[in-house]
Amino acid sequence: MQRRIRVLAAKPGLDGHDRGIKVVCAALKDAGMEVVYTGLRQTPEAIVSAALQEDVDVIALSTLSGAHNEHLPKVAGLLQERGGEGILLIAGGIVPAEDRPALKEAGVSEIFGPGASINEITSFISEQASPTA
Amino acid sequence: MGEQDKRIQEAKAQWAGGNPDLDKLTRSTDWGDPVEPLYTPEQAEGLDYLDESGFPGEYPFVRGIYPSMYLGRPWTIRQYSGYDSPQDTNRRFRYLLEQGQTGLSVAFDLPTQIGYDSDHQMSAGEVGKVGVPVDTLEDMEVIFDGLPLDKLSTSMTINAPSAVLLAMYVSIGLKQGLDPGVLRGTLQNDILKEYTVRGTYIFPPEPSIRLITDIFAYCGQNAPRFNTINVAGYHMREAGCSAVQEIAFSFSNAIAYIEAGLAAGLDIDSFAPRISWIFNTANKIFEEVAKYRAARRIWAELLKERFGAKNPRSWMLRFHTQTSGASLTAQQPFNNAIRVAYQTLAAVLGGAQSIAACSYDEALSLPTEESVRTSLRTQQVLLEEAGVTDTIDPLGGSYYVESLCQQMYKRIKELMDQVEEMGGAVAAIESGFIQKEIESRAYQTQRDIESGEQVVVGVNKYQIEEKPPVGLAKANPQAERDQLERLAAVKARRSADRVERTLAAVRDTAQGDGNLLPAIIEAVQAYASLGEICGVLREEFGEYQPVKTI
Repeated sequence: MQRRIRVLAAKPGLDGHDRGIKVVCAALKDAGMEVVYTGLRQTPEAIVSAALQEDVDVIALSTLSGAHNEHLPKVAGLLQERGGEGILLIAGGIVPAEDRPALKEAGVSEIFGPGASINEITSFISEQASPTA
Repeated sequence: MGEQDKRIQEAKAQWAGGNPDLDKLTRSTDWGDPVEPLYTPEQAEGLDYLDESGFPGEYPFVRGIYPSMYLGRPWTIRQYSGYDSPQDTNRRFRYLLEQGQTGLSVAFDLPTQIGYDSDHQMSAGEVGKVGVPVDTLEDMEVIFDGLPLDKLSTSMTINAPSAVLLAMYVSIGLKQGLDPGVLRGTLQNDILKEYTVRGTYIFPPEPSIRLITDIFAYCGQNAPRFNTINVAGYHMREAGCSAVQEIAFSFSNAIAYIEAGLAAGLDIDSFAPRISWIFNTANKIFEEVAKYRAARRIWAELLKERFGAKNPRSWMLRFHTQTSGASLTAQQPFNNAIRVAYQTLAAVLGGAQSIAACSYDEALSLPTEESVRTSLRTQQVLLEEAGVTDTIDPLGGSYYVESLCQQMYKRIKELMDQVEEMGGAVAAIESGFIQKEIESRAYQTQRDIESGEQVVVGVNKYQIEEKPPVGLAKANPQAERDQLERLAAVKARRSADRVERTLAAVRDTAQGDGNLLPAIIEAVQAYASLGEICGVLREEFGEYQPVKTI
């Protein structure tokens, strides 16, 4: 039997808008996933360390301050460096369309913008994440 | 019940009998009470007009805080702005003033709001993003270059480091030859809602509240025209709470500040007249109007009866409102201009003193000059074309609005009592109660949107295929590097001795219980940076550790 999908949710940088990520956390829990929310002001290093330590399958980052080009590639890079390539990295928040290709290139699998539904996010994770026993 | 009331009731029963399906059409308010299909005089019955409504400019101010309201003076048009760099922000301010804006509102970037300099490692990528960076007094000199502070009022959305920004503003005034006594403006300075929803806290509650009461005392003596605090319901509403919770939680926070001021030995009338507010005006027009009318009465009664304030200005709920950012959609963004217009109408019908209308592109990026101008014009059309200011409180006496108003009055007070029973706002935050209330409602709202129960036009109904939006504002990639160079230049130029000496004085004062403002003003004038001053206070006060609710 597959174990439950484990998700680390975090807010990188200094942005304090956490309504969206908290709603997503609640929805993922209701969908049967295990969720660790590390809260605000997380550095890329702290996020990746926590993800590896908690042995998660997914990292979900939320950013609305416009600093996504700074934080997201750093998290992706650190994951690759430290053997976390198998972890699905997704993001949500306000990320302009023109910034998305480069972020995906860097290793962010999907970016959910304003208006995205929790169903979409939950289904995406269920399909893409591969829990390792 | 009078003869006429009886006749109305009978006629209504007969009318309802002839329309039996009406019962199935009952809707509900934002906070869950039923809304009846029709309101008639008996629902507004029991309203004691003189005691519970009264006249504009008179206790309990339900009909407005000034006797002539907008007939005497229009509301202040105050768009929230600040981006990229001090130079760009100065240019935007000059533009908005030329276009007829009547007050300034400064948006600071996140490092500034959290007390980090632009060169701090936590600031990487965030400098100049959601507002203007301020590291030293020099940045404020640039922001206000050519803007005479005695001719303006300036609102600053700053909380944890409010004392530092106030010190800088006072210092700019002095450089313009102005006594702090003539300065008009507002500090947000509301730390409790940072812990619950907004996230730009630095210090734990106790020293944070000390900084607030230091500002009350300093301004009471030196800058009596400055609004020392702008207690915010706005951000809790953005985070998902109801209209009732917005008022109840923000009033509970204000009670905590008032009690701290009194405990610090201040007289209620020395600081209560300078408590101001920011609320959120969302989609449901009549509920928003009722909210403001009920809130004015509760505040007036609270200040007069519970806190014994004697000065009528202490009883007045003076508020700024911004339209609801959370109601804006990334889909079909022009629809937002319509939402903003209705919300602005509700703010005016609710008797706001100052209004910021969101821009239609804000779910996508920072607003462009064109979208900001459209929101400015939204306000000007309401003010000068729509006739909504021709009489005071035009919805007063509406059976529906008066009934909503009474219902909200009751619900808000019930929730305030509940917080009081938990030991007040600080205890309710430390236990996670307020956060959990807001979060569970945000989740419920999302589920209602996804089930289609709550309609969001263009998102879950009337969707269209859309091309990616074009012409959005983009952050200047050079802004962060420029700011780092400016900060390095100031640090190289200033007197290191003077900085060290004034920072030591800040530390000494923080260790005792004297007012921190004079020492912070000295440090700011020595061009000590915001990050250095907050750094000293971090060492002395410690940092807030958030309550886990998930």
